Amino acid sequence: MTGAWIAVLATAAGCYGLKLAGLTVPQRVLASPRVRRFAELVPIALLAALSAVQTVTSGHAFDLDAARLAGLSAAVVALLLRAPFLLVIVAAAGTAAALRAAGIS
Amino acid sequence: MSALTRTRAVVKPARPVRDGVGLGLAVGVSGVAFGAAAVSSGLTVWQACALSLLAFTGASQFALAGVIASGGSLLAGTVGAILLGSRNTLYGLRLADLLRPRGVRRLLTALGVIDETTAVSLAQPDPGTARTAFTATFSCLYLTWNLATLAGAIGAGRIGSPQSFGLDVVGPAAFLALIWPRLRSGRAERLVAVAGVAIALGVTPLLPVGVPVILAAMAALGGALSSPGAQPPPSPESPLSPETTS
Repeated sequence: MTGAWIAVLATAAGCYGLKLAGLTVPQRVLASPRVRRFAELVPIALLAALSAVQTVTSGHAFDLDAARLAGLSAAVVALLLRAPFLLVIVAAAGTAAALRAAGIS
Repeated sequence: MSALTRTRAVVKPARPVRDGVGLGLAVGVSGVAFGAAAVSSGLTVWQACALSLLAFTGASQFALAGVIASGGSLLAGTVGAILLGSRNTLYGLRLADLLRPRGVRRLLTALGVIDETTAVSLAQPDPGTARTAFTATFSCLYLTWNLATLAGAIGAGRIGSPQSFGLDVVGPAAFLALIWPRLRSGRAERLVAVAGVAIALGVTPLLPVGVPVILAAMAALGGALSSPGAQPPPSPESPLSPETTS
């Protein structure tokens, strides 16, 4: 578990450092529209990728789990209905849990 | 400040504390989801709490837990999580001008530079109100997020199989919800998301677990190079996309 602690503390230090850098560095360093645009788009690319990878893969293989796919679909429906964040999560987990309780997975 | 923000300030008197506490409570409660996801991924209760206390940025925290859950390397998980924190640097740049924190205060203020505090602060009509809004949002969200993380982490440790509660879908659903307002705000954003997914899934069979997600940043690079400075239109219904107020 030591490795996990290193990962946890390195993530914490890196995230804090990035926040502090924003308050500290001169404004013009990141004034370039391309740099600005990149930082805006990074979370979109990474989070979309994470969501997909965790939904349809397991290790190196594609792994389509019906309950998980249904859960994520429920999240999409909740988002389209403009549900608040927590309700989206509950809809996703609840759908997957209900399908698994019914023996579908 | 955009026309949108000004209009809002005229129509509605600024209520920085009410706005901040309201958003802080609403978003902070979802720390339960993080605590549960972290513990079911294999992190301990204390590691989950350490992330919420010290990293205090939801997307990065969920990302690290997610990579660990899928058996990825800790290094890949850490790099991905830190990469996700890079947008907070831009928020810091915006807030530095507004809040003007000095000395030790700056070190504490830095911890609170995230999506929600930025959104509420930038929506205020003047720097004084913005400072109040930042403090209210940060303190309420920090307290709620950390207590909720502890509750979720302890709760997830007590139940048997995380899968039977659908906890494996919590991460993917949370990621989607976090980027949803941005996906709604522009076509370029949607293209970048689709490209990111395609890159990550395409290289998944070939590369170590966790690395495909980092490579998805190439989609953001492509997006930035092809449409630099293209600002998405403001989305009034979304309190979580502060960059649209620029």
